Amino acid sequence: MSELLKVTHLHKEFGKNVVLKDINLTVKKGEVVVIIGPSGCGKSTFLRCLNGLEELQDGVITVDGLPVEANKREITKLRQKIGMVFQSYELFPHMSVLDNIILAPLKVQRRNKEEAVREATELLDKVGLLDKKDYFPRQLSGGQKQRVAIVRALLMHPDILLFDEVTAALDPEMVHEVLETMLALARSGSTMLIVTHEMAFAKAVADRIVFIDKGEIVEETTDVADFFKEPSTPRAKKFLSTFTYE
Amino acid sequence: MDKETLVSYIPLYRDALLLTLKIGWQGILFSFVIGLIGAAITHFKVKVLKTIVGIYIELFRNTPLLVQLFFIYFALPKVGVKITAEACGVLGLGLLGGAYMIETFRSGLESIPIIQTESSYSLGMSKLQTFWYIILPQAVSISVPGLLANVIFLLKETSVFSTISLMDLMFTAKDLIGMYAKTIECLFLLVVFYLIMLLPVSIIGALIERRLRYAGFGD
Amino acid sequence: MLDLGIDVLFKGTNFLRLLQGLWVSIEISLISVVISILLGMIVGVLMTMNNPILHVALKVYLEIVRIMPQMVLLFIVYFGTTRVFGLDLSAEASAIIVFCFWGTAEMGDLVRGSIKSISKVQFESAYALGMDKVQTYWYVISPQTFRRLVPLSINLITRMIKTTSLVMMIGIVEVLKVSQQIIEANRKISPNAAFGVFAVVFLLYFMVCWPISRLSNYLEKRWV
Repeated sequence: MSELLKVTHLHKEFGKNVVLKDINLTVKKGEVVVIIGPSGCGKSTFLRCLNGLEELQDGVITVDGLPVEANKREITKLRQKIGMVFQSYELFPHMSVLDNIILAPLKVQRRNKEEAVREATELLDKVGLLDKKDYFPRQLSGGQKQRVAIVRALLMHPDILLFDEVTAALDPEMVHEVLETMLALARSGSTMLIVTHEMAFAKAVADRIVFIDKGEIVEETTDVADFFKEPSTPRAKKFLSTFTYE
Repeated sequence: MDKETLVSYIPLYRDALLLTLKIGWQGILFSFVIGLIGAAITHFKVKVLKTIVGIYIELFRNTPLLVQLFFIYFALPKVGVKITAEACGVLGLGLLGGAYMIETFRSGLESIPIIQTESSYSLGMSKLQTFWYIILPQAVSISVPGLLANVIFLLKETSVFSTISLMDLMFTAKDLIGMYAKTIECLFLLVVFYLIMLLPVSIIGALIERRLRYAGFGD
Repeated sequence: MLDLGIDVLFKGTNFLRLLQGLWVSIEISLISVVISILLGMIVGVLMTMNNPILHVALKVYLEIVRIMPQMVLLFIVYFGTTRVFGLDLSAEASAIIVFCFWGTAEMGDLVRGSIKSISKVQFESAYALGMDKVQTYWYVISPQTFRRLVPLSINLITRMIKTTSLVMMIGIVEVLKVSQQIIEANRKISPNAAFGVFAVVFLLYFMVCWPISRLSNYLEKRWV
């Protein structure tokens, strides 16, 4: 499998506050990588860096061999290769569900409207929201909004999808429907980079687990089942133990 | 009150109202354009222009329209810039209003969370596309009550036009009082005609505000 | 060189007269602002009470102020009162009456807004402690509204000063009237005086209003 995303020596700080230090990571095509770690460990900032929403102090990020650099003209081209789904959905409130989804394909990729609508309709149907296509975001539940946001990202045909704690703002009963959607995506061969606090989901979906703590990668493994049973570093062990009650 | 006097004065007041409305809506349209452009400049933090916009806002928000009009109408011709009284009214109202409109649009723009911009960027949209398709429509609809308040404010401000000898409502009233001393009738018509001009705007404003407060997109 | 006609201002007492004219506007503004703030507080509190008649009356009052240009009000009071009541109000007195009428409404609305912004639970918890209405307003509500109101009241001063430029229309000799007199008197020797004088008046207004609105902005950012 070819390398799709490559991060080398990424260093990010806000003022004097070092958020990420010397991060190295490679994601292959079709791979599902799950990033876990305590709150404030830098994992969300990491995803934002990958999408060129943050400026780096050092290091290189490439997607398909092309460098991701914030504030460069080429960044809009690159972002089309990278889909991102936010914790707070961030649908555009003044547009219907369908308009939200086809906006970027029409305006950015200059695609044919009929074709874009047809594909949007198919995808909405797949996530069970076809009947909501003319609704406005505020008429949807959190889980529905998040599924629309996923469809919106998908319609751009990105090479890789980034998920930033997409279930963290949801009521518990809605978490499941969103995770189901993501699981289906993973099984269909999408390349995904997921930040999450849902450990059971991480275990089910991940090809590889990356554990970040205090801005650095502490543990990285493809033995997903083993990691959750017996992590090799004490910091990961301590983190995982916060999810169990004995 | 003398009925006959009232009736005979009505056409004069009507003409004055039409003149006020003509200058008023042109000036307001002008202020709207200034407002959008100025707000876009401050939003994108365009170098130099941003500073100019800032100075413009401070200058025109901190001086009375009357003084602005006097400057444009009486002072500028002395350095070779001559314009008609009507154009002066439009220009003065537009410049004054623009300073307020920029602020209104700007606070609308600022109220849109930054993550909406990021979410648009993440779809590959450019800065300009993000502004045009995502931020501006939301900001404008948030700004509507403020914009309407500005419109009422500007229509009220037109009452100083008489000082540059435009025959608006105030001019007509003052003129008629001076000539025929039918003070009560003149003042009565003055109030009535201002109500005709401003009450509808005020009512529409109240309705829109209520709608915005209780609803949002999609109702 | 282009004659900008600024020299006129340095002749005799011209500049001093201009400043005296400006002071007339500022004086009227300050008197009106002080009265407006005091009356406005009362009106504002009255508006938050649940008396239906009071509520409607105040609403009508506010709406009149909101849509009638101050100039129209000035005309009504200055020209109208003489005719109807046979009163001979001076122009200054008329101006102060009108600006207080307007300012009280503005201030009242600000006071109402800042009281309304305090959550109902604050009132309820004060009542729950056994305080009466007056005590609640005095000890609990007013300290919280005060900080919001100071910058807004200061802002009212600049608006008042700008609005008082209208009084030249009812014959008060203020800065604009003085300017016209100076320009008129020097028409022969300094034909371009209009430029210099009105430019200076523009700047004078700016120099008075700008610091005040800065202060208001500063306090608003710091306190709210």
